[in-house]
Amino acid sequence: MTMSTLKTAACGLALLAAPLAANAEDLVVNGEIEMITETEPAAHLDGAVPTVRSGWTFRASETQQLQMDDFENPAMIDADNGMSAWNTAEGAEGKSCADCHGAMEDSMGMVRATYPKWNEEAGEVRNIQMQVDDCRVNQMGAEPYGLDSRPMLAMEAAISSVGRGQVVDVAIDGPAAETWEMGKELYYTRFGQLDLSCASCHELNYDNYIRADHLSQGQINGFPTYRLKNARLNGTHSRFRGCIRDTRAETFAVGSEEFLALELYVASRGNGLTVEGPAVRN
Amino acid sequence: MADNVTPRVRVPRDAAAGDTITIKTLISHPMESGQRKDSDGNTIPRSIINRFTCDFNGESVMEMILEPAISTNPFIEFQAVVPESGTFAFTWYDDDGSVYEESKDIAVS
Amino acid sequence: MSFSRRETILMALGAAAATALPMQARAAIEDAIAAFTDGAEPGEGGITLTAPEIAENGNTVPVEVSAPGAASITILAAGNPTPDVATFNFGPLAGAQAASTRIRLAGTQDVIAIAKMEDGSFVQASQEVKVTIGGCGG
Repeated sequence: MTMSTLKTAACGLALLAAPLAANAEDLVVNGEIEMITETEPAAHLDGAVPTVRSGWTFRASETQQLQMDDFENPAMIDADNGMSAWNTAEGAEGKSCADCHGAMEDSMGMVRATYPKWNEEAGEVRNIQMQVDDCRVNQMGAEPYGLDSRPMLAMEAAISSVGRGQVVDVAIDGPAAETWEMGKELYYTRFGQLDLSCASCHELNYDNYIRADHLSQGQINGFPTYRLKNARLNGTHSRFRGCIRDTRAETFAVGSEEFLALELYVASRGNGLTVEGPAVRN
Repeated sequence: MADNVTPRVRVPRDAAAGDTITIKTLISHPMESGQRKDSDGNTIPRSIINRFTCDFNGESVMEMILEPAISTNPFIEFQAVVPESGTFAFTWYDDDGSVYEESKDIAVS
Repeated sequence: MSFSRRETILMALGAAAATALPMQARAAIEDAIAAFTDGAEPGEGGITLTAPEIAENGNTVPVEVSAPGAASITILAAGNPTPDVATFNFGPLAGAQAASTRIRLAGTQDVIAIAKMEDGSFVQASQEVKVTIGGCGG
């Protein structure tokens, strides 16, 4: 971050007036998967934003187009690798994911739309990555991938890809309520020398610009996301880390209780949008 | 050889003789430019796909010379005329000497 | 008033871009153009370069070039550390003398496309692409 950026951010986010949203054509992937990119906010948002908007609506049309055709979406290379891994036996048990779960398209279609989710047996909220590594270690006798590692993101991208178009509907009540409340508190907590909360940018100032960056609502329905910035898949927790780091704060760790809670809460802010991962973003 | 290099090609399955068709190719490759430095300040050596060719039944459709300014995971879209049924051959040449090949058949009626 | 080839090419690039470029970059783009045209001066028309006016991210900028009847087309980026980007050589089975790809731009600069026509002449098109610099970007 340059000094001038800091200065700009420090004096209360000198924000430029936002031009009209980029070409808001409809997002239809491969000419068949119809996405909901704008919708009414869920009741639990309590009117925090008038409309819930996918990150796709904040991107330039050239970036938007990359997500509209799987061939042009570079993330689909990783998703294909994840799909191959799904069908490949690994570990001491000699089993593949498919040996227990069957074809990914048949068994995983609703996963991305409903995670993070309370796991009754484990007595905890889990995200997809935690569930994948739990399966690898305890069911397959294989080495864990590691959170936000390349093969993990490829697997998550594959699982997400078969759930594209499903409406995000993470549960925030019952045993997940405590985690959700913790995530909500984090969302509104100001961090770092710049004293910014998630809400400072993504609730109060989305659609405005931080210098040239068009602030989105910080929705995560498109994760894991291929970013043009680093030309690879990015995980939700790594993205949270980058945001908090940019407030000049010590960040939480990928896989921490805090980020898991924040993942559940931010996912719930996108209830009503459709699963887009692996999406393409700036 | 760079890790996980996977070529992908999209060609229509069939066409009428003399038709012009659109071909899209994407290959996973870091296209390390030779301009970047690692965390110790050492220059990361250049490692890119430097040439791509597309032939149809042995005759050239297109050759592309790629420089480090081509983005990660090179995407190329171009057009070909198909006079008869046959096979497209796609070849990518890596700085390190690796050659990646893909072929696609097309039925011309 | 007469201009050397060097000066003429610079003017063709646009005065604004030329003054914004450091001397080294100017020489590099000029050399890259001369290397492709063998010193010949490109004309205008007959070539189309399509690129975004504003690129959201300089890592991945979609560009398309088209020059009906061209034997080859080269793409150059005047403000990159090295100006060469790509060259397309069209074969007898090319369906059009056109191609699209995605390129890296180190900052706001002119992108230049030059086509070598079948008769050995050259035509050129250029467009400024503004590359935005992020405020944070995580």
